[in-house]
Amino acid sequence: MSGGTPVQRPIQGFDWRKTPGLGVATWVFLAFLYMPLFVLVVYSFNANNLVTIWTGFSLRWFVKVLHNPDIRDAAINSLVIAVVATILSTLLATAAALALERGRNFRGFGTVNGLISLPLVVPEVVVAITTLIFFSSIGLNLGLGNLIIAHTVFCIPFAVLPIRARLKDMGGAYEEAGRDLYADEWRLFRRVTLPLIAPAIGAGGILAFVTSLDDFLISLMVSGPGTTTLPVYVYGMMRLGVTPEVNAISTLLLVLSVSLVVLALLLGRRARSRD
Amino acid sequence: MSMKRTLFLILPAVLFISIFMLIPLMIALVYSFMTSDSYGGVTAPATFDAYIQLLYQQDFDGSLIFSTDYLFIILRSIELAVATTLLCLIIGLPVAWHIVCQNASRRKFLLFLVTMPFWINTLIRTYCWVLILRDQGLINMTLRNLGLIMDPLPLLYNDGSILLGLVYTFVPFMVLPIYSTLERVDTRLIEAAHDLYAGRWQVFRRVIWPLAKPGIVAGSILIFAPALGSFLAPDLLGGGKKLLIGSLIQMQFTSSRNWAFGSALAVLVTATVILTLIISSRRNKVGEVRI
Repeated sequence: MSGGTPVQRPIQGFDWRKTPGLGVATWVFLAFLYMPLFVLVVYSFNANNLVTIWTGFSLRWFVKVLHNPDIRDAAINSLVIAVVATILSTLLATAAALALERGRNFRGFGTVNGLISLPLVVPEVVVAITTLIFFSSIGLNLGLGNLIIAHTVFCIPFAVLPIRARLKDMGGAYEEAGRDLYADEWRLFRRVTLPLIAPAIGAGGILAFVTSLDDFLISLMVSGPGTTTLPVYVYGMMRLGVTPEVNAISTLLLVLSVSLVVLALLLGRRARSRD
Repeated sequence: MSMKRTLFLILPAVLFISIFMLIPLMIALVYSFMTSDSYGGVTAPATFDAYIQLLYQQDFDGSLIFSTDYLFIILRSIELAVATTLLCLIIGLPVAWHIVCQNASRRKFLLFLVTMPFWINTLIRTYCWVLILRDQGLINMTLRNLGLIMDPLPLLYNDGSILLGLVYTFVPFMVLPIYSTLERVDTRLIEAAHDLYAGRWQVFRRVIWPLAKPGIVAGSILIFAPALGSFLAPDLLGGGKKLLIGSLIQMQFTSSRNWAFGSALAVLVTATVILTLIISSRRNKVGEVRI
């Protein structure tokens, strides 16, 4: 409440920042978000064969999962796809972000803008089956290559987000200074823009990587024998029933995603603190 | 940056998405007007059969009988998607408002907590509810150990569990856009309303709600579209007993091998989503003018 005007308040103690019950509601909401994940993690450390009866703390299911050759193959597939799709989509996204934020205002800017975020709008199941139709109708069968292409498409908008935000935030002053000092376009990019947006590119890359690792439905439809990804394999295990192995592998994936996103966040924070 | 360079930089991403997303969507549109091949794929005669199949079933003698089976699945899917969106709004709006009312560092922390689940595999997030809701799950075992029930409650494999799974998956999508519109709200408006003797409810109804509208619309689109085509929640939490359109589409390309019909369904879903986008963006513009 600003100002020193001695106005008589009609309702005593009214503070719009404090609505009774909202604080509690928010914590209930957060509990709703995190409680199921917590349950999963606890169950995955359960020594008992039967998931529901707690007999003691154990890492045996993690050991078992890590020694399963099928899971290892699926994990390698997922990793290869995620790494290549991340590199490809981050490269495309960086170029696109530079053009959209620093380029000339060309005709069809809005259309291009919409096209880049198209993978976010079209329902996943539609993307999955149209990609399947596309590959089968042109007869393209590159094994993991098909999955890499499909993943790169939907990773692009996620990689674009932090890079565009960074370019917008930092403004054009640094680049103008470089231009005043007679730097040509390439040197300007190499010496000024790139170092400044590098952490954002890193953050975009990590987000693309996590998005690729998390994808299930598109991989399910596009993958064939020998190109099963980890989520597709885990889904197969889940269909057969609740087992301690499913809990363990799910917990591993969960921890991996969380640590990567925290890393992306720290990179983003470092980018901002540089200014 | 020169025009040539701008186009040179934007072109690779545009081409990539056009070739591997836009063209496949076009191909699906074409496929929906073809005849299905029983080995997967489609063959030559172009027909409306796939669309006719939505409303009519072919009898043994080839005559068409009106059938509401698929129509029912589509309506049920829309119903669930709408219910998901509304529930997310009811949950998300107060939370977003609460976060806006906090100081900067607390805001950041709460936003981080809200966004985090978004990056965790949906498959795993959905599976967590199987662990909680199934017959030998957390809730049923706890209740049984407390002696409150003898037989497990049927918590899993019904519309309620699907709805729960969908809300759980999508609710962060509602909090974030509402937060980002409310964050920019001029707080003097609220104080002015207060000075004009508006109570809490009136402040909400007349000031906060209208100002939050663009965020609510954005959040609703972000939830309605993926909820309509959702596959995992109906599959893992619904047990695949009652079909929803997402699973129905997926089935046409796996067990049913009816690519033309699957394409027609996909076209229908995409058209619905795009239509919703257009209508809501137009209505939202009208709303902005009115305010």
